[in-house]
Amino acid sequence: MDALSAVLQGLPMTIVLTLSAFAIGIVGAVPLAVGLSSSNILVRLACRLFVDLVRGVPIIVWLFLLKFGIQIGTFKFNPVGAAIVGLGVVSVAYLAEIYRGGLQAVPRGQGEAAHALGLTRGTTFYGVMVPQAFRIVSPSIATYLTGLLKDSSIASTIIVAEMVFQSQSFARQHPTVEGILPYILVGILYIALSLPVAYLSRRLDSRMRKAVYA
Amino acid sequence: MTWLTEWAGYLPQMMSGLSVSLLIAGVSIVAGYPLGLILSVMVSAKNLAVRTLALAVVEIGRGAPALVILYLFYYGLPKFGIAFESITAACLALIWNSAAYSSEIMRAGIQSVGRGQLEASNALGLAQRHTFFRVVLPQGLRSAIPGLMGVAIQMFQGTSLAYAIAVPELMKSAYNIGSQDFNYLQIFTLAGLCYAAISMPATWITVFFEKRLARHA
Repeated sequence: MDALSAVLQGLPMTIVLTLSAFAIGIVGAVPLAVGLSSSNILVRLACRLFVDLVRGVPIIVWLFLLKFGIQIGTFKFNPVGAAIVGLGVVSVAYLAEIYRGGLQAVPRGQGEAAHALGLTRGTTFYGVMVPQAFRIVSPSIATYLTGLLKDSSIASTIIVAEMVFQSQSFARQHPTVEGILPYILVGILYIALSLPVAYLSRRLDSRMRKAVYA
Repeated sequence: MTWLTEWAGYLPQMMSGLSVSLLIAGVSIVAGYPLGLILSVMVSAKNLAVRTLALAVVEIGRGAPALVILYLFYYGLPKFGIAFESITAACLALIWNSAAYSSEIMRAGIQSVGRGQLEASNALGLAQRHTFFRVVLPQGLRSAIPGLMGVAIQMFQGTSLAYAIAVPELMKSAYNIGSQDFNYLQIFTLAGLCYAAISMPATWITVFFEKRLARHA
């Protein structure tokens, strides 16, 4: 049970990393998704390049770049800061792509009908397109959140004391057979943590379906 | 301009790291996809024991972070006297990862083959074996192609985690160079560009295939 309590010491940090990065992503992805579906080709291409570039570089590279590469005056990222910003930027790119897919999946007629009814562009976007797009993408967002939870483990490579880091240090102190336990436990914990996300997502999805079709 | 000249000096060492990354990614794909196919068939087997085993392998491979599986192979198993070289451990962990992810994609592809295809094969008197290998599998895998390409890109990026167990891949090369003269910003930017130079075109090709397949759907 020592192994379990060692691993659990990292649980709060894992959750803080995941939720902070997710919060950055959820908000930051909105303007980027709008840019990705912009009618201005320059804006669209710039956003597309940003998204593909961020997604084309592994997370560990982003974390090392922020942790070791960035130094502005006396400012340097501490490990937790670098991990949150790094995971946040990656989330922005992935979620923007998810949002864009959702906006594109809303039937064209919805926008045209809103226009015909004389709704302003802002109302059309936020009142007509976004709610429908959100319904389409909410399962993908939940899937991304579980992925982000797993990716937060990469923060252990820049010495953030989350679950995998704690498992490592426990395993180092126990060179015997017991030393394999934290790795097995932490694996199970990640799977267990993603279950409530999947459950809540399914409930949200079915509730929104009822709200539309009932 | 100084960055470019410095990068040119780093490039040979980076390229040897990149070749190790590509090797690990290649092994994990070449060995992982056939295993994934076997798992995808096992998951829908009638035998409960077979089904449970396959499901456990897939769910652990997808649910646990790749880094944890990597550590399990490299730091965990030696405590039972099963020791691997770091590159072998990296390959094994990523094979598990790619088998798990690809099996889900192939299962979805196989399930997307229309019932009519099965009924037609049955009506034509094809043996079950022929129905599966000649009718269902070719169509199912065809629709799985974009997803499998996506997993391949994910695996290539996942090789960067092997840095954590001291495999001399791209990230490790970058870190070694960086710790010599502390040019971390330059070197990790170069490392990122190396990864992006492969991942980005690969993503565009995947999107192209996705669109092509969608046209015929």
